[in-house]
Amino acid sequence: MGFFVEVLIGGLMAGVLYSLVALGFVLIFKASGVFNFAQGAMVLFAALTFVRLIDILKDTFAPIMLSLLITIALMVVLAMAVERLVLRPMVNQPGISLFMATLGIAYFLDGFGQTLWGSDIYTLDIGIPKEPLMLLETVFEGGVLVASEDLIATVVAGLLVVVLAIFFQRTRVGRALRAVADDHQAAQSIGIPLNYIWVVVWTVAGLVALVAGIIWGSKLGVQFSLSLIALKALPVLILGGFESVLGAIIGGLIIGAGEKLSEIYLGPYVGGGIEYWFAYMLALFFLLFRPQGLFGEVHIDRV
Amino acid sequence: MFYRETGQFKTSYQADQAIFPIRQDRIFILIWLLIGFAVIPLVASEYAFRAILIPVTIMGLAALGLNILVGYCGQVSLGTGAFMAVGAYAAYNFMIRVPELNPLFCFVLGGLTATGVGILFGIPSLRIKGFYLAVATLALQFFTDWAFSRIGWFTNYTPSGSIAVQPVEVFGFAFNTPLRKYFLCLTILSIFALVAKNIVRGRIGRAWMATRDMDVAAEIIGIRPMYAKLSAFAVSSFFIGIAGALWAYIYLGSWEPLAFDINVSFSVLFMVIIGGLGSIVGGLMGAAFITLLPLMLNQLPSAMGFEISTALIKHLEIMIFGALIIFFLAVEPLGFARLWQIAKEKLRLWPFPH
Repeated sequence: MGFFVEVLIGGLMAGVLYSLVALGFVLIFKASGVFNFAQGAMVLFAALTFVRLIDILKDTFAPIMLSLLITIALMVVLAMAVERLVLRPMVNQPGISLFMATLGIAYFLDGFGQTLWGSDIYTLDIGIPKEPLMLLETVFEGGVLVASEDLIATVVAGLLVVVLAIFFQRTRVGRALRAVADDHQAAQSIGIPLNYIWVVVWTVAGLVALVAGIIWGSKLGVQFSLSLIALKALPVLILGGFESVLGAIIGGLIIGAGEKLSEIYLGPYVGGGIEYWFAYMLALFFLLFRPQGLFGEVHIDRV
Repeated sequence: MFYRETGQFKTSYQADQAIFPIRQDRIFILIWLLIGFAVIPLVASEYAFRAILIPVTIMGLAALGLNILVGYCGQVSLGTGAFMAVGAYAAYNFMIRVPELNPLFCFVLGGLTATGVGILFGIPSLRIKGFYLAVATLALQFFTDWAFSRIGWFTNYTPSGSIAVQPVEVFGFAFNTPLRKYFLCLTILSIFALVAKNIVRGRIGRAWMATRDMDVAAEIIGIRPMYAKLSAFAVSSFFIGIAGALWAYIYLGSWEPLAFDINVSFSVLFMVIIGGLGSIVGGLMGAAFITLLPLMLNQLPSAMGFEISTALIKHLEIMIFGALIIFFLAVEPLGFARLWQIAKEKLRLWPFPH
């Protein structure tokens, strides 16, 4: 029983990390209807920039804070560039063309980041403790072993969601964002500048990518494979629904737990390595019953 | 002036329903066939066959197949690599387990196996739409990646999981030189392009296009969505499966387990989008473009006299590739097919102003 809970908790915490990436997808899809495949590349780019800047600035008084600020500034610039060079020329194009354009952004960022910063594996150490913790020793025999970095990641993700929720619900810009998400044309007609909103939303997605990049990077090292966690986040998205922040969180938890449990309990029977596709199959199975995801909006078609 | 249908009167139903009703189109197609079958074999070098012509023809076939699904039926699929893998591995297994079969027949069997898988994984499309479906097709992609590298039976228990193919020999005629391989691929591509052209202008093709434009409306006017969507999946994955078998047998020769990974899916989708959704000639142009672009980017630095490390070239290459993709999509989101259409409209009047 203790082992089961350990696997379950490990899976849930991995799921939180998937949710972090999925959140970026959801934000952009909600506000601009763009299925942003570049989210994973943004995670890699942000993490690479951050880790290399720490290295460059290590003689200054506060390398981590400084490089964090510079990276944030860079993500804002990136958001503005995307809006100016990709979204604005392609306004009103079909979703599939925009999706392919974000694939182009992903290729560009992967290449650009690695041209600029090199493609080695960099260790990122910003003081997150890594000792495993023993929890619930009184409940189960032997207790439950939890990595403390995962715990911190969970707390950070929770905080991020709270901050985003406040931003969306309580601020002027957040309200404008929700208006745009609801109906582009109506929002524009009451004077909400769409271009500005897109910059804001891509910036927020960039910052979420930075947080995800820092957490993943300090866990696995900053390397090219960070770009591929976008693929891990996709089943989370279709499970939770493209338009729902809550869905991204819950979906992440379900996928994370399902993936780890299946790998441990089902994997040995079919040869192992099933975590590559299990999440997708799980999500596909859910979709057959709820085609718009768990928390997605139901679209009613009129002829 | 050069592209005008003026004076070409149709005097029979047969002429009215011809596949290329305009004479200039017929001449144009004939010229292309002539170039493909007669001129290119005379002038192309061995390198051109192996690096450019063979991959372009095979990827053209795959793009043709994907275009049926995405461009004509509107079902976005990211599982092209998986269908190609199914075609390739099925052809391999048929050839190794039933050695007396004709290789070309094995390719067709590979295509039919891909058709079966395509219908199976097309079933979710009846419930799921749009990007949900696109992501759902990734399930197939990752599942086949896993299955073909982990399940030994598919690779005939080779220890490394990589496969070296048997020589392709049909009735004692061996397709062993680049020229012969090219002829085989081009012939197959021409036949399938003709088939596709005829399917999409017939009843099935119209059902697909109606489903693409608005599935609810299509259902109301009496098109069965299940039949339309699954037939698109079937035809598309048959084409892609054959392309996969050709890619494995004619182009690669031997391949590692991840030769048909998600990047293949993306590049075929790029071909279809850049070439133009819902256009057969566009898909072929897209295939040529996407195959040639990395080659050119790869040659560019050394041609311009720069000395840079291979890792840097690789990174610059994907960076420029990404930027060019964005550029082309921003300039002409409807792809080469649209440019071609504009060119034809201009040619009607040119060189006169009215």
